[in-house]
Amino acid sequence: MKEKTVLFVLIALALGAWPAAAQTPAPNAAPQVYDKWCTPCHGSGEGKPGTISAAALYKGSKPAVLAERTDLTPTGIRTVVRTGMFVMPRFRKTEVSDTELDAIIAYLTRNASPK
Amino acid sequence: MARPLPPGVSQRNFSDALRQFEAAIGKEWVFSSDEDVDLYRDAYSPFWHEDEERIPSAAVAPDSVEQVQQVVRIASKYKIPLWTISTGKNLGYGGSAPNVTGSVVLDLKRMNRILEVNEKNHYALVEPGVSYFDLYRHIQEKGLKVWIDPPDPGWGSLVGNALERGGGYTPMRDHFDAHCGMEVVLASGDVVRTGMGALPNAKTWQQYKYGFGPYVDGIFSQSNFGVVTKMGFWLYPQPEAYFSGTVMVPKHDDIHALVETLAQLLNSGIVQGTTSVLNTASFGPPDPELARIRVGSSTTDLERYMAQKGLGYWTVDLPFYGPAKVVAAQWEHAKEKFSTIPGAQFRDGASYRFPLSPADLDKIPNPVPLGVPSLTTFAIGGPFSQGHMWFSPIIPMTGDAVIEATRVFEQVYKDLGNPTGALPGLPIWSFFARAFVIIYFFPVEHDIEKNRRNREIFRQLVKVAAQHGWGEYRTHTAFMDDIASAYTFNNRALWRLHETLKDALDPDGILAPGKNGVWPKRLRKANA
Repeated sequence: MKEKTVLFVLIALALGAWPAAAQTPAPNAAPQVYDKWCTPCHGSGEGKPGTISAAALYKGSKPAVLAERTDLTPTGIRTVVRTGMFVMPRFRKTEVSDTELDAIIAYLTRNASPK
Repeated sequence: MARPLPPGVSQRNFSDALRQFEAAIGKEWVFSSDEDVDLYRDAYSPFWHEDEERIPSAAVAPDSVEQVQQVVRIASKYKIPLWTISTGKNLGYGGSAPNVTGSVVLDLKRMNRILEVNEKNHYALVEPGVSYFDLYRHIQEKGLKVWIDPPDPGWGSLVGNALERGGGYTPMRDHFDAHCGMEVVLASGDVVRTGMGALPNAKTWQQYKYGFGPYVDGIFSQSNFGVVTKMGFWLYPQPEAYFSGTVMVPKHDDIHALVETLAQLLNSGIVQGTTSVLNTASFGPPDPELARIRVGSSTTDLERYMAQKGLGYWTVDLPFYGPAKVVAAQWEHAKEKFSTIPGAQFRDGASYRFPLSPADLDKIPNPVPLGVPSLTTFAIGGPFSQGHMWFSPIIPMTGDAVIEATRVFEQVYKDLGNPTGALPGLPIWSFFARAFVIIYFFPVEHDIEKNRRNREIFRQLVKVAAQHGWGEYRTHTAFMDDIASAYTFNNRALWRLHETLKDALDPDGILAPGKNGVWPKRLRKANA
């Protein structure tokens, strides 16, 4: 299954969609629940399916690494965590409690652009 | 949609049962609202938007063995089916959703204690809610020199994956085989410890598997005979080195000598990790010339094309784990053996010394074969994939079987008018000793017609496989009866034995009815 990943990375590179490195350090550290549940798919570095997917979806118009986004909303985050998106499954409350979800939302909206 | 009731249970009794569950484990851990229970639906359901989707009535999440006992006793009283999940990440095989609509999901995610990690004798004892990521982090934080063996998705449960008989990549790759000792809550509410765990104050529960008397652990895997609440696992001592070597051979017919040599190396313990055999032409960047050759030309043309590209017709990847000098000697030995195949080529692959720094690890696209959990595998269906399931037949470890199985399964696709699909090209793996497993990817989409089509192909593949004497190692809940119904030796003697055990251990039929085709008496007629 490695080969598929490599091929996929090559395609992402060919499309010019590979995420750029973080431009600015995050002002607030990610909460533990974010590191545990979100980073393995949405972090930077190799082989992160959520980051790869976002790169293909947004083609550079938005950061592919989730924590670098400034356009995420509490409702949007809550909906995706509780209903899933593409290959990402729903997360149960025994995995991410409502309180923990609030911490994820606070972290991901810390740099939200004013509307 | 209306929340279903457990089969044969009145609304009044169900409400009573929910109240009793709340009294036993706490109100906040009994989920019965649509918002909460929908979280337990199968995210990769092949029945998306269809009435056939199996959905739960409620979910309960106990935090201790005693609470599991109470839940089981309440379920028995009201004859409510329980569907047990550990971390609920059995994606591609049903996820956290039950096999029977109206079941109550028994969610063990809160039971996530790492009870022991022993660095001297290399074992761990964990609860079902412990994921591969959890145990890996624990080991890293403590600086212990032991490896876990994760399967491709690292967020799953060690207990759940081993009970489903999943596989990984390191020398501990057969996860059920690597377990040592269980604690199980039976349908009666009784608690059993297997192996040496049956001795009070046992000193070797995680060091000697068999105990004294009948060895029963196997009946709790891929089954519905109990709820496993603790499980021991043997860990791999952190090796000094890892090395990956690639062997390529030029001719189609070289597969016979290639697999024979591979089997010799695996069965001798020279190669101890999971290997993959692949038809080289199935990988690599799209090439119109290759596409033309594959459709209309002969095997010789394809051999010539691959030779021009400097590639082999068949490729095998070999992983080696151990002291650096031993690893180098094993690779030399393997090359010597494969060199008897004329034109064999060898390439050195990845080479690592342990421990790796976090920065080094971050550069490795897929660290799973190095005992590091990851979610990289979820990229497999492409960036907009909506899910997947797997058709995974076990075939003999012979060149003949590789050729025949590939031909037979491709023919099923062609006969059903889908000559392309996702079928050709995935490697053939050695996740388990002595046999190969082919793992075919099936996309799951939010499209009724496409899913119906894929289910039809899947069922036909199961049927044709059985006609050839091949069975699957594991499957999605949607196909459990299809696969079990092929096991007909002596008038279904094995399934009659399973049913005898089921009736004795779970007379009310409350534990996971229909799991792997084993139905309790009261639901058997409709499903046999």
